[in-house]
Parts: sequence; C-alpha cells; structure tokens
Amino acid sequence: MLTFLFRRLIQAFFVMITISVISFAIQGKLGDPVQQMVGTTVSPAERAHLRQELGLNESFTVQYWHFLKNAAHGNFGISYYYKKPVLDLIFERMPATLELAFCAIILVALFATPFGIYAAIRPRSILSRLIMAFSTLGLSVPIFIVAIFLVYVFSIQLHIAPSFGRGHTIDVFGIWKSGLFTKSGLHHLMLPSITLAFALMPIFIRLIRSEMMEVLHSEYIRFAWSKGLSTNRIYFVHALKNTMLPVITIGGIQAGTLIAYTILTETIFQWPGMGFLFIDAVSRVDTPLISAYLMVVGGIFVTTNTVVDLIYGLVNPTVKLENHGL
Amino acid sequence: MRYFAFLVSFLALLISQTLPAATLRMAFDSEPISLDPQEQLSESTLQFSHMVFDPLVRWTQDGKIEPRLATSWKQISPSTTRIYLRKNVHFHNGNLFSAKDVVYTIDRLKRSPDFRALFTSINSVTKVNEYTVDIHCNHPTPLLLNILTYVFPMDKKFYEGRDQIVKFGRTFASQHTSGTGPFIIKERDPGVRMVLVRNKDYWDTKSKGNVDKLILTPIRNDSTRLAALLSGDVDFIFPVSPVDIARAKEADNIQVITLPTSRLLLLQLNQKRRKEFRDIRVREAINLAINQPLIVKKILRGYARPAGQLSARSLLGYVDTIKPEYNLKKALQLMKEAGYPHGFRVSMMAPNNRYMDDEKVAQAVAAMLGRLHITVDLKTLPKAQYFQQYDARAADIMMLGWQSDTMDSDNLFEFLTACPDAKSGLGAYNASEYCVPGINSEITQANREMNLKKRTKILQNIETKVADSAAVVPLYWQDLTWAAKDNVGIKSIVNEQNYPHLGDLVITPLKSN
Repeated sequence: MLTFLFRRLIQAFFVMITISVISFAIQGKLGDPVQQMVGTTVSPAERAHLRQELGLNESFTVQYWHFLKNAAHGNFGISYYYKKPVLDLIFERMPATLELAFCAIILVALFATPFGIYAAIRPRSILSRLIMAFSTLGLSVPIFIVAIFLVYVFSIQLHIAPSFGRGHTIDVFGIWKSGLFTKSGLHHLMLPSITLAFALMPIFIRLIRSEMMEVLHSEYIRFAWSKGLSTNRIYFVHALKNTMLPVITIGGIQAGTLIAYTILTETIFQWPGMGFLFIDAVSRVDTPLISAYLMVVGGIFVTTNTVVDLIYGLVNPTVKLENHGL
Repeated sequence: MRYFAFLVSFLALLISQTLPAATLRMAFDSEPISLDPQEQLSESTLQFSHMVFDPLVRWTQDGKIEPRLATSWKQISPSTTRIYLRKNVHFHNGNLFSAKDVVYTIDRLKRSPDFRALFTSINSVTKVNEYTVDIHCNHPTPLLLNILTYVFPMDKKFYEGRDQIVKFGRTFASQHTSGTGPFIIKERDPGVRMVLVRNKDYWDTKSKGNVDKLILTPIRNDSTRLAALLSGDVDFIFPVSPVDIARAKEADNIQVITLPTSRLLLLQLNQKRRKEFRDIRVREAINLAINQPLIVKKILRGYARPAGQLSARSLLGYVDTIKPEYNLKKALQLMKEAGYPHGFRVSMMAPNNRYMDDEKVAQAVAAMLGRLHITVDLKTLPKAQYFQQYDARAADIMMLGWQSDTMDSDNLFEFLTACPDAKSGLGAYNASEYCVPGINSEITQANREMNLKKRTKILQNIETKVADSAAVVPLYWQDLTWAAKDNVGIKSIVNEQNYPHLGDLVITPLKSN
C-alpha cells in the first residue's frame, strides 16, 4: 500500500512537470497578453515597454525557470485580469464547480443505477427499450443542444428555472461559498446539473446494464438461483456488487470527462466555477491563470485516479495494488 | 363637490407621476477590468465611468455635446479655452468637487498609458478660481470638447498620493472609487456581478431616472444573454446578435433598439507584401467586386450600412457622392488591363470573435474575390491571436474595425490611412502600408483648423483622395442593438458610443394583472 502510494507520488510529480511544460509552451501561441490589457490606440513603444516590465521578453527557459521557482513556493503568479493570486482565484471558484459536479453525480447515481439494473433484468420490456433509446440519444446529442433545449423549455417558456448564474450563496465555515443551502441556490443548480448529468448518464446506464447482464449469466448466480435465494438478494447483493467493480474504474476515468463537461456547462449557464474562469482566461490570454488551472486540474486527475485504485483494492481484495497501476 | 373629487384625483395622478424606485438587472458582454477610470481605454471602462463618475461634457443620442460637470465654456485665445464648473457637487465620500479636481484629473490622464494619446494636444490646465479652469492647448484644437468627454473628474483628496496606474497589478485606484456619478459601488465580484446603488446626493436633481439599484452581470455568450432576457432573469442586454434580433422582437414584452453608428469595418490590402496591390486597377477591381449591400443584407440581416468610404454620414468627412459600387464586369475588365486575367493567390486573416459576424463576412469576401479569380487563403483567429498577427502584418489582406474616439473623421484618417510614422504615432493601423502622398500634413491641418466650414472641406478632401486611390476596402458601418423589457425606458438613454446614461433611465412599474 505504501509502496503504491509512493510510486503514485513520483508518477504525479512527473505528470505535473509535463503539464507545466506543456501549459507553458502553449502560452506563446495563445496571443499577446499585453494586447488584451491596453486600448487600441496605445502606441507600439508603450506596449513594448509593458511587455518588458512583465518579463515577456525573456527567453522561454528563463521564464519557465522563474515560473518553476515561484511554483515551488506555492506562488503561481498573479492573474493579469483579476489582479489576484491565481491559486486564490481558482480555489474561490472551485466550490461552484464541485457543487455542480456533485449534484450531477448524485443525479447520475440516482437514475443510471436503477435504469441500468432494470434494463439488465428485463432486457425485453418496453421500458428497457425506452431507456436504451434514451441513452443512445444522450450519447449522440451534443451537450450544448441539451442545455439550449432545457433553457428554452424551463426558463423561457415555463419560467420555472433561472437561465444563468448561481443565485444566492452562503458562507459555510467561512471559506466555502455554497449554493446548496439556499432556495435560490438550489433553483439555479437545476438546469446546469441536469445538463451535466445528461452528458454522463448514458454511458453509465449502458455500462451497468452490460456488466450486470454478464454477471447474471455467471455460474455463481445460477448456483444462487438453484439454492433458492430470494430474488432481491441475488440481484441487489450478489450480482450488483460485482457489477459495480468496473463501474468504479470507468467512473474514475470519467472524472476527466466530467471536468471537460463542466467547462462547457459552466460557459453555457454562466456558472461562476473554475471551468468558466478558464475559458475566460484563454480568451483574455491570462497566461498565469491558464497555467495554474491546468496544473490544478492535472492534480485532480492524479488524485482521483489514485483514490479509484485504492477503492478498487477495497472492493475487490484479489487486486494487488503493488502490481497494479504503474 | 365634483370639482373637489376631480382635484383629488388630479393630485393623486400628480403624486403617482413620481415613479417608485426600481432595480435594473443588466447583462452586457464585458465588464470593466479595473475600477480606475484611467487604466484602460475601453468601452466597458467608459460605461463604468458614466455610472460612478461624471464627465465634464457628454454626447447626447443625436450627436451633440451637453454640459455635465462643466456648465459652460468659451474660447479666450486661439489655443486656450475657459471651462466653468458646476457648483455644489460632492464626491461619494463627501469631498466637494472643484477646479483642483479637474486639474488633477487631466494631469493624471496625461500620465495614463492608455489615455495620454488622446490628450497630447492639451499642454496644461490651470485653475483660475474655485470653479473655473483654463485649458491651454499646444495649438488651436477644434476637437477639444470631444476630448473633454473623456475627462471624468476624480476626487483629488481621495486619490492623491496613492494614484499610481499599473496595468497588471492591484492599485488603490483599481479597487476604490470616489466619483460624483449617479451610482456608488456596493459589491463587486469580478466576472460574476457588480452591484451599484443610487447616489442619494446626486447633483442632477432634474433627471427623471428612478433606478436605485443596478446589478451588472457580464454574460459573454450571445445565446445565454438573450435567454437571460427572455426568461426574465435580466432586464437589459447588449449586444443582440443580428440572427437573434428577429426572435427577440417577436417575444412578448421585449423591445429591441437599434442605432446606426460610425463603427467601420474595412479590409486593408498590404502593398508592401504584394506588388499586385500596388496597381490601382487591382485595388479598384477588388472594391468593385465586393458587394457591400449584399453582405449587409445576407449576413448582418440589414443591421449595418454599406460603406464606400471611411466616414459615416454623421461625421464631417462624409462625402455624399461616394457610394459603394458593385460592378463585376468592370472589375474583371480592370483585372485584365492590369495583367491579371487569371487572378492570383493571396492570404487573408480576420478575427472570429471580435466584430459582429466577422468570420462569416470574411468568408463572403473571400468568395466574392474568387469571382475575380483571386484565390484567397483565409485564416480566421480569435481576437487574442488575431491582433498579434495584425501587428505583424502577417497576411496580404487584413480585416479591421474602427470607431473614432473623438467621433470625428480625422481620427479614422490618422490611424487607418496616414503614412505610418512612429514618432507622431500616425498610421499605427495602416496595414495597407500605403498612403496618399501628402496626406499627413492635411490630417495635421484638420486637427488645428477652427473654422468649421474649412475643416469640413479639408476632411472631405482627404476622404475623396482616399476613395479615389482605392487605398482600402470599406465594408460597412455596424449598427448597435440593445434589448430590454418593455417597461425599461432604454430608448432615450442609449447612444452610438454605447455609454447608456443609466442615471437617467426610467423604469415604469409593470401593470399588475
């Protein structure tokens, strides 16, 4: 276990270094940050002066070295646009993204598990066919179309859900701005979390269904039937437990997809989270913010994958962590 | 008795005329980067300045200049203008506004990297007495008042000593304000929202404005912004994309207001990169092959005016007889005469998120040039990358949009068509790398001519020369479009500069059903 964690730590270190190099290398391609800061009539000499002050005229290696040195001290720079330390900014916005992701995951778990199980147990029923049709639809329709459709129906036509923003938030423990405890906050969460859940649900329904069907055909389930165990016990204790194993793995991998989809969802719903912050930073060439975001997301990836591997070991004791992963 | 009843109802009517205070939720596409009105010269900074500060003078919707903190002015010598200031005006923190603040503000503007270019003609400002200042210019300056629309007096006592302007850092002025404007900042979460409340001691007591709380949310995505209005989550939005205008107009209780502007979109043909463009026949052919009215009709759905010159109708340089001309036959003939019957291949770059439908317009232009057998390799880029390429003059044809800061033709000529000159800053955006000989001296002359008639003549003369030499390809002047709920009286407070006079905005209560 410890060796595993240690190996993972080394792995994480190299992943972060790679991300930092890549995020730094693309900066030159994104555009000129100075251009974004000044008005159109500012003279080229004035701009050159600003560029010099910002240290943008240094060579790539010198700039990268400065970045690494500061990053080692936990300083990822100051955002050009927000004029605040970038890490502070990202952590300020993180609760919004995490709450959105959390609600979406709850929705997925609440709907995908029963749907998937039902479709596996009664593959021929009309409801199962409907569920499968829905999941195909969900896989093939782009997320922004879903979002636009939801906004059109629930915000513009029915006026029952707000179309953008986060609503009222309250401070929890003084650091976490939460929208989960106010009526307006929950109200605002509706459409974005449904959109996000819609993007993730189909793959889980299909996964649970196929895994469950496979498990139901295995020897030990047949044995359980012949032993005369109750239907519920077979389905929900013996079969489900083994079904969930691959689902957890895929779930871990899907954490990446989840982050990608939060960027889209947040942009469409003007959700003040990290993804929205990132997209804005890209269009404004706010390079310190872009690098820091990529590093933070890289960190999240590495952490979730490590945690998933650990859970995997807990759920299935036959998996030896030492031989797994690296 | 009946008279009495009549009187009572009349009085009741009078009282109900004073409208109850209202909240305005507004969603524009951008927000000010800083609370310092002199840090960045941009539309959102100026919008913000009009809320929290007051200009000396400001533009009205019909293109006139009206007094604000300056009450009157007169020229006392060819290059000196005396400005009389409004009395009994207080800054938000209680300090009294007077001449010292104006002197301080203009001195600071002359130090601001973004603003100083506008103020080069002003030499110094001196205080005459508490409510009078003299503005000394380096030469007679016909556009002095236009420049003074950019002077938003800042509280000297409040800012002095901690007023440095830093473009990429946190300064005192970028986080704190003390202006004289109709609104005071209450809460600010950059990128999410800004809340302002009405200044109870606002000097303009004649204003009918009844907005006592302003909530600004920047919404960058066009469809999200429109959805926010249609769903009733916000009351006032800008801009509305041309494809959405029809839909917004159809919606119940929504009004759409469009104003023509002098914001020009044009193409520049780089003569340094391409020898073909040095031939006036080729340039004329290109101008003839591009069908501006068709672009306006099909792509911008009519929400622009086709342009054949730089100055829009509202500017002095506008020449009535210069019209955009489309004649493919003549264009092909000219190409043949120039020795390019089979055309040639050029590169073109355009932004894809800077101007309204910029990418589609660029594609249309490329297709139209194709009919002259000119093959266009078009590359469109997000604005952040595009302007880097633009500065490097990285393609043969470049697209550019321009709005005159002074609402005068000379600004267009100075930046777009003057011969590039690093010392004077002229021609900074002349990506044609070509200029009509002698044009710079005429541009300078127009900046000093006080006689309106003579000045108009000089500007029209420049306009004609630019058009005759087909130096650039003007496309159109874009309209601005706002949308709001029916009860929000935006019609009288929006303007071409896009600094809505929100202090004067009247919101009528919705009829309760």
